[in-house]
Amino acid sequence: MARMKFLCDADRCIECNACVTACKNENDVPWGINRRRVVTINDGKPGERSISMACMHCTDAPCAAVCPVDCFYTTADAVVLHSKDLCIGCGYCFYACPFGAPQYPKVGNFGSRGKMDKCTFCAGGPEVDLSPAEFQKYGSNRLAEGKLPLCAEMCSTKSLLAGDGEIIAQIYKERVVKRGYGSGAWGWQTAYKETIAI
Amino acid sequence: MRLGAHIGLLVTGLLLTFAVAFAVPASAQQVNPTADAVREQQFLDVLKGNREAELQGRVSIPDQRAATLERPAGRDWRQFHQGTMLWIAAVSVLGMLLILTAFYLIRGRIRTEAGPAGSTLTRFNAFERFMHWLTAACFIILALSGLNVTFGKLVLLPLIGPQAFTNLSVVAKWSHNFLAWPFMLGVVMMFVVWIKDNIPNALDVRWLAAGGGIFTKGHPPARRFNAGQKVVFWSVVLGGAALSVSGFYLLFPFYAGGVLNLQFWNVVHGIVSVLMVALMLGHIYIGSIGMEGAFDAMGSGEVDLNWAKAHHSLWVEEEIEKGQVNPGPRLQPAE
Repeated sequence: MARMKFLCDADRCIECNACVTACKNENDVPWGINRRRVVTINDGKPGERSISMACMHCTDAPCAAVCPVDCFYTTADAVVLHSKDLCIGCGYCFYACPFGAPQYPKVGNFGSRGKMDKCTFCAGGPEVDLSPAEFQKYGSNRLAEGKLPLCAEMCSTKSLLAGDGEIIAQIYKERVVKRGYGSGAWGWQTAYKETIAI
Repeated sequence: MRLGAHIGLLVTGLLLTFAVAFAVPASAQQVNPTADAVREQQFLDVLKGNREAELQGRVSIPDQRAATLERPAGRDWRQFHQGTMLWIAAVSVLGMLLILTAFYLIRGRIRTEAGPAGSTLTRFNAFERFMHWLTAACFIILALSGLNVTFGKLVLLPLIGPQAFTNLSVVAKWSHNFLAWPFMLGVVMMFVVWIKDNIPNALDVRWLAAGGGIFTKGHPPARRFNAGQKVVFWSVVLGGAALSVSGFYLLFPFYAGGVLNLQFWNVVHGIVSVLMVALMLGHIYIGSIGMEGAFDAMGSGEVDLNWAKAHHSLWVEEEIEKGQVNPGPRLQPAE
């Protein structure tokens, strides 16, 4: 089985935000939630880079570790998913996540945040694959259709890569060698405790 | 003059054009765009000295909280919550239960040596008992629902299954959110009503030096509250304040600032609450099975004169002066 990962080649990202829009559309993401976002660091300064970030589907995911009701599970493809039926909206995953991935429909008083929502790697949830219930709660299940996450699939500069970790690392490595520079696989050190050696 | 300046500019311009035209193809002039781009490892290295930092950028979506690219502090909080917190809770709560069991087995129930006198004294009036039980009932539910957040998945989840455990946890969460308010009200009332009897003084030093009379025959003198009870009072007031402030920030996210502040208040809330649970176990023990006659104080509000003389000798003297002793049935004339 593959070990699914995201990799954003920051040297190619043009901050067009198409991944953000595509994700919202494909998964019918509720208003106010962005499962994916593009963050520009060193904005307007030399060395400025834009990085498209979402849930990184961490190895030994902190969200899953701290969840008081154990609603997280990891698929055979190493995608970190959760059950909205079990989630109690306590906010612990969101305290623990290094990437700010878990979000809630409401920033409510009395902790009435609603069920947590985050990137599913376009892999749906615990419901029957491609069922209406699955789509309604988690959005699209492109993995079940043999496709990769839409954000990466439609990235115009192919900056955002999604797929088996070894394959996307190889693609990135070849790019860096060919062009002679690379600002690294953002988030990998934090999410997977490894980076891509060039 | 003007013409000369124009010719000068033209020449300079031409020279620059040539310079650029010939210089660009040279590979030495190629810009290296990665030279000063931040890499994740650099960021993490900087963070080693400052675990509080977050990597902030700019986002074009309205949610400005999304501008935080990485916040590795989440890992530390997870480490605390899944490691240190479990240990603090287990050691303090189970440790207290162990101490109380051992104490019960060795010392047994503390009896009133003089036996019951029959006549009674009013120790707590109806309002005092109301505010005590209001706080106590809220505290017990708050403690159980709070412990459920940390220990529920280890203890209850395997027993009752995921869906039932979620339903229970939702109820627990809502009870925790709502009962926090009567709890806070109770703490404030107890603070106002009882502070006058809880100011530490020289008697407390003697009481503590005598070990509260737990292991000795005689009882050190005490007014309405002895030093042990004053410790409970101040722990409830100060601990209750800490729980209220931290709980308030957790209840209303982002009033206190960002996620790092929420992590901080969560740590405060967790540590203070398990220490309070441990203390309250001791309080419940000594107020019920641990000591004969103690429960009456908060039950009916009336305590036996001999119990009061043993534990609060100076308070009894004050009350007798005020003529507050209720003669019991045995003191009634036989007629």
